[in-house]
Amino acid sequence: MQKKRVVFNYPSHLVDQPVISKLVKDYDLTVNILRARITPKEEGRLVLEITGKRSGLEAGFRYLSEIGVETQPLAQDVKWYVDRCTHCTACISVCPTQALDVDRKKMEVSFNRDKCIACEICIPVCPYQAMEILF
Amino acid sequence: MAKTIEEINEKIRKGKAVVFTAEEIIDVAAEQGIKKAAQEVDVVTTGTFGPMCSSGAYFNVGHTKPRMKLGGGRTCLNDVPVYTGVAAVDFFLGATAMADDDPRNKIYPGRFSYGGAYVIEELVAGKDVRLTATAYGTDCYPRKELETFISLKDMNEAVLFNMRNAYQNYNVAVNLSDRMIYTYMGVLQPKLGNANYCSAGQLSPLLNDPYYRTIGLGTRIFLGGGIGYVVGSGTQHNPNVARTEKGVPKMTSGTLAVKGDLKMMSPKWLRGTSFTGYGATLTVGIGIPIPILDEEILKFTTVKDEEIWAQVVDYSDAYPQFIPGSLGEVNYKQLKSGKIIVHGKEVPTSGLSSYLKAGEIAQILKERIETGKFFLTQPVELLPSVDSGIVYKPLKERPIKKHH
Ligand code: SF4
Ligand code: SF4
Repeated sequence: MQKKRVVFNYPSHLVDQPVISKLVKDYDLTVNILRARITPKEEGRLVLEITGKRSGLEAGFRYLSEIGVETQPLAQDVKWYVDRCTHCTACISVCPTQALDVDRKKMEVSFNRDKCIACEICIPVCPYQAMEILF
Repeated sequence: MAKTIEEINEKIRKGKAVVFTAEEIIDVAAEQGIKKAAQEVDVVTTGTFGPMCSSGAYFNVGHTKPRMKLGGGRTCLNDVPVYTGVAAVDFFLGATAMADDDPRNKIYPGRFSYGGAYVIEELVAGKDVRLTATAYGTDCYPRKELETFISLKDMNEAVLFNMRNAYQNYNVAVNLSDRMIYTYMGVLQPKLGNANYCSAGQLSPLLNDPYYRTIGLGTRIFLGGGIGYVVGSGTQHNPNVARTEKGVPKMTSGTLAVKGDLKMMSPKWLRGTSFTGYGATLTVGIGIPIPILDEEILKFTTVKDEEIWAQVVDYSDAYPQFIPGSLGEVNYKQLKSGKIIVHGKEVPTSGLSSYLKAGEIAQILKERIETGKFFLTQPVELLPSVDSGIVYKPLKERPIKKHH
């Protein structure tokens, strides 16, 4: 089993198509929607966590690219600027996944992008503009 | 056996001063005992790195040709207005000042991504900022308009002057209401969703000298990466609050007014800071050396996080409505563990003041003293302490009758 966190860019003509259910049914994937947004131009943007067999994932992604859905790994979109981070820990009590975490002995903060779900909760909370999400 | 500041400075000159940070001294004293440690140790260094709103800087930018009187007109640095109600080319920039066209909280919560504090950080980083001014013109100062780039090195004087910094202890902020609130203590989640504190605890300067036995007007300090001085107690300095048996205030109490040459400082230790929905502020790095003149002073510096208590305050109602009272007391060991109990509920905690950076400051100050780059001063006047009779007053409003 493999797990991938990805961002989907949907062209407008696909917004009302059963793309996700096809992923689930035809490729035996589990899809967990972390975030979803439709822009004013009717393009869709989804952050998903997809779990399944390697072969299913590969075939699923091939299907997506054939129908015109752009995909990219989520990690690219989230940035922790370590130089701007003061290790204040303001974000620690609100980050739901402990992607932002603190070593309590040193009180040193670290960011683990694999755990981040791009929920954006840390953005208004960080007083030093150390977190950035291009979404 | 008591020591004097002069004796300690002599040891610093010879490279023989024994210096520990306020964190290290805890173990040193536990091993050696208070008596021995007080003899061996010369200085304990403290540190803090947190948002301090009552900060700012004053500048003298030099005279233009023809001359111009900035006062009475309007002057801005990067569109942030400065206070010009002094002589012709002197002005003061406050950390929380913001441009007229900043949307503030019009779209709530506002971002407050720029302000006076950011101008200070940029200047200290050596960057050019835009100085723009309009004035009314006089016979001796005829010029009425000015637009120029300026940097710190172009100015005659640039002085950080903070009228209230380094609060001795602070509230722990929570939110009892059922909506998210945006405060100077950060974003507070509804229904006790989180608790934010703001102190370096056992590393914090005034918590290591709770009765101000060594700190006062003239104390040389680490300020913003350079050298500064304590110039007296800060505004709202309030020594007369409830204290623990060991004398540590259990709530906001003492404060410092500090100044220092901005040209010697570093953007690493003066950071523009934005509190969503609240405003911009300056995060200031301060480190204060505590001369170990006798056993009592040493003992004070061994204060531990678990011996420093703070009050949990509701920022959805009690704080804004100025209703006194506390939801309970917690100590900094609990706060730093990541959770506290409030009203029987486990609440996750977050800091606003960086303990990691506070430790770095105490370490830098320690090294500067050990290597003979930093000498201690004898304050001219200590901060007012518990015998001062200071009473911290709210504003008593006396309504002004309107005449028609
Ligand atoms: S975006 Fe969400 S999950 Fe990622 S670091 Fe910020 S708070 Fe944590
Ligand atoms: S809130 Fe921002 S500056 Fe503070 S620890 Fe988190 S990422 Fe770093």
